[in-house]
Amino acid sequence: MSSVEQEKQTNLAYPNTPVKGKKKFSLLNLSPYIFIAPYFLLFIVFMLYPLIYSFVLSFGNWRAGVTTFVGLENYRMLLTDPMFWKSLGTTGIILIVQVPVMLILATVIATVINSESLKFKGLIRLGFFLPALIDLVTYALVFSLLFNETYGMINQGLKAVGLDGIKWFSDGTWAKVLIIIAVTWRWTGYNSIIILSGLQSVPKDLYESASIDGANRITSFFKITVPMLKPVLLFCTILSTIGTLQLFAEPFVLTGGGPRDETMTVIHYLYSKAFGSFDFGLASAGAYVVTTIIAILSYFQIRLSKGGEI
Amino acid sequence: MQAKREFNKLLLYIIALIGVTISVFPFYWMFTASTLKDSQIFKVPPTLVPGGNFMDNLMNLAGSWPLWRALINSLAVSGITTVTTIFFSALAGYAFAKYRFKGRDSLFFSVLLIMMVPTQVMLVPMFIIMMNFNWMDTYFALIIPYLVTPFGVFLMRQQMLAFPDDLIEAAKIDGCRDFGIFFRIVLPVMKPACAALGIVTFMQQWGNFIWPLVVVSSKEMYTLPLMLSMMVQPGQVVQYGQVMVSAAIGLIPMLILFLFFQKHFVSGVFGGSVKG
Repeated sequence: MSSVEQEKQTNLAYPNTPVKGKKKFSLLNLSPYIFIAPYFLLFIVFMLYPLIYSFVLSFGNWRAGVTTFVGLENYRMLLTDPMFWKSLGTTGIILIVQVPVMLILATVIATVINSESLKFKGLIRLGFFLPALIDLVTYALVFSLLFNETYGMINQGLKAVGLDGIKWFSDGTWAKVLIIIAVTWRWTGYNSIIILSGLQSVPKDLYESASIDGANRITSFFKITVPMLKPVLLFCTILSTIGTLQLFAEPFVLTGGGPRDETMTVIHYLYSKAFGSFDFGLASAGAYVVTTIIAILSYFQIRLSKGGEI
Repeated sequence: MQAKREFNKLLLYIIALIGVTISVFPFYWMFTASTLKDSQIFKVPPTLVPGGNFMDNLMNLAGSWPLWRALINSLAVSGITTVTTIFFSALAGYAFAKYRFKGRDSLFFSVLLIMMVPTQVMLVPMFIIMMNFNWMDTYFALIIPYLVTPFGVFLMRQQMLAFPDDLIEAAKIDGCRDFGIFFRIVLPVMKPACAALGIVTFMQQWGNFIWPLVVVSSKEMYTLPLMLSMMVQPGQVVQYGQVMVSAAIGLIPMLILFLFFQKHFVSGVFGGSVKG
């Protein structure tokens, strides 16, 4: 297509743009505003207003519909509550262990599916993607049964090979491991499909010229595949970080936050503050703190991987 | 060399086999457990073949929990929000992609910004809004806030950018007005994008947990995930056979959806954010 044609077409897309040598269209076309109106109505009522309201609430004390201004009291209460720090720490541990483990596994799986000598690709891909279909409550329930300390299949298997059953629910550390296993099971396939789409966009001749230069498969994996996957891996890292910081349904259903609040995540903490003790001010302050943490982490992840585009 | 290649190939299949087994086994076991008596579920050694107790479990479940009501609630809420999200997102996405109007870029920027805010920030104020509207424990609370999502608008806008302009222009010459173009030209062509967004939306709504947990209090308003979580609340004897029946029923719509729209699934999940 010639550049003239290109330009003409682009301008045609915007009927309100005066085009040189062409009749000017009427400046006020209401249609686009009508088109976006339903979204923006909902946006204002159920997103923008709550966002501002939440900010106001974080500086107030809500009681029976009346909010009294208390300054930074909620933030002080929150930041001096050991439970808040404990739940934040738990979330942090899950984040630091789970996200790298999952992304490494997902990269391996994507490489396996992408390999040319593999048959039944469609079926294998379907198998890996299946966990992404199940809703959070359901899989948490299935896992609570599989990992049941006395009757669960996992512990029975361990006992069958002469090992002790693991205290998945009564030991704080193992309970965290259980959450990590569950979350990894649910999301690895999902991420591997994203990574697979990245792998498939790596030009094949890169590998060919590398092998002519004498690079073996492992060298070309680290010198070609990993750098080329950087944008996709960054995308996955950010998504997973945000997802993990918002972790709620799994610990809520699987462990109930126990034992002794060892698996209580920060969103679970905020939930119990808001709807257990109806401390809306504190919960709102906490929500803003968590949002700030998410924003900062995302920012640094983007900065750290300079050159990675999303 | 030949032997090494064979070994690599074998390794590949072993990794795939182990991985797929781990991925699929919990599903197999969920369906199996739904056909067993509770005593069989907790047997040592475990029962791995399906039994004949599915109908009994189903009847007991339907007798003691509002199973059908929860199923209908889940279908209604997910179905309605999916249809409206597709429609309103396509409308807004079309405007953002194909019109130039005052405030377009800053309005679209606000769409991107709000996508990054975790929903939990809005949970408390939304709860208060629902109380003020008198919408607690109603379908309004479950449906209205999700009629359209910023993600939907974003996804549709990205997809519409590639829509050929000559089609729009040709329709204009034929005397088609803005709304006519959208309904008759744009929407039919954008079917794959609509399908992708529809699947993601349905899946999210089908599994939505924290919002129903907050706004629903009566059994008649339970959605499936909420009912499931209530079935295992501490302080009661958990009937695991029934729990697994209900879990299996909840999974069936997702499986059907996936089998019919497999292609769109993948493109919808990535929301046009990754090119590949």
